[in-house]
Amino acid sequence: MASTIRVRATSSGDTTEVQALIQHPMDSGFVKDAKGDTIPPHFIQELTFEYGGKSVFVADWGAAVSKDPYVKFSFKGGKKGEDLKISWVDNKGATDTTTAKIQ
Amino acid sequence: MTISDNGFSATRRLILKGAATVALIGLGNIPSGFTSALAAANDKYPEDAFKAKSDADAIKSLYGKTAEPSDKVKLDAPEIAENGSVVPISVTTTLANVTSISFLVSENPNALAASYKIPAGTLPSVANRLKMAKTSNVIAIVEAGGKLYSATKEVKVTVGGCGG
Repeated sequence: MASTIRVRATSSGDTTEVQALIQHPMDSGFVKDAKGDTIPPHFIQELTFEYGGKSVFVADWGAAVSKDPYVKFSFKGGKKGEDLKISWVDNKGATDTTTAKIQ
Repeated sequence: MTISDNGFSATRRLILKGAATVALIGLGNIPSGFTSALAAANDKYPEDAFKAKSDADAIKSLYGKTAEPSDKVKLDAPEIAENGSVVPISVTTTLANVTSISFLVSENPNALAASYKIPAGTLPSVANRLKMAKTSNVIAIVEAGGKLYSATKEVKVTVGGCGG
């Protein structure tokens, strides 16, 4: 299956801008389905971006982050053609990891 | 919106289609033992802060101190959000030595929405999208040099993001 993570990392010389979109339902546990049953919580808790073996950005998320979450940040450094590693883990223990080349 | 933002929007339909598949796989039988073992290893995740009901409790649980309002924290959020399930919110600050940035939605069932660790070398600027149950204050907390600074903005929500 294709990765759940889409990343665009763009170097502008000094800094690298990272935009990530992840496919995830991010169910809050407060929503009921058509039958009136509560949909159990299911959301990403930790999302980590690593470059050169170091974390450059760590997100701790609660259930209030939107479905198919989007996040944008920038860090100093980052060379074109090098890898940025992205991984997440959700409250049910599921994970996904991908690497993206900095453009 | 930048050009690259639009690039992402164009792929959104495709992603939404895929999301259904992800949900089905994600809901598969993961043994509960595995989940708890993973949660234990994952001790950095601030579970209690995310369970706190009020914004004040969540900030206290997460940082153990209170924040002071600062005009150096720039919180960018819409005046009115037509759809509470996707509210674009971003924060940037001119403060130095920023170590973390957090987002809280006061009127949500659990106030803390997201908390970001900012290691040295990462710019103190984050954009993300949050769910809002109803019209509420959105609070951005910036931890810089061991102190907490905040910015608050009210966002009016016409359709809530947490109703059924």
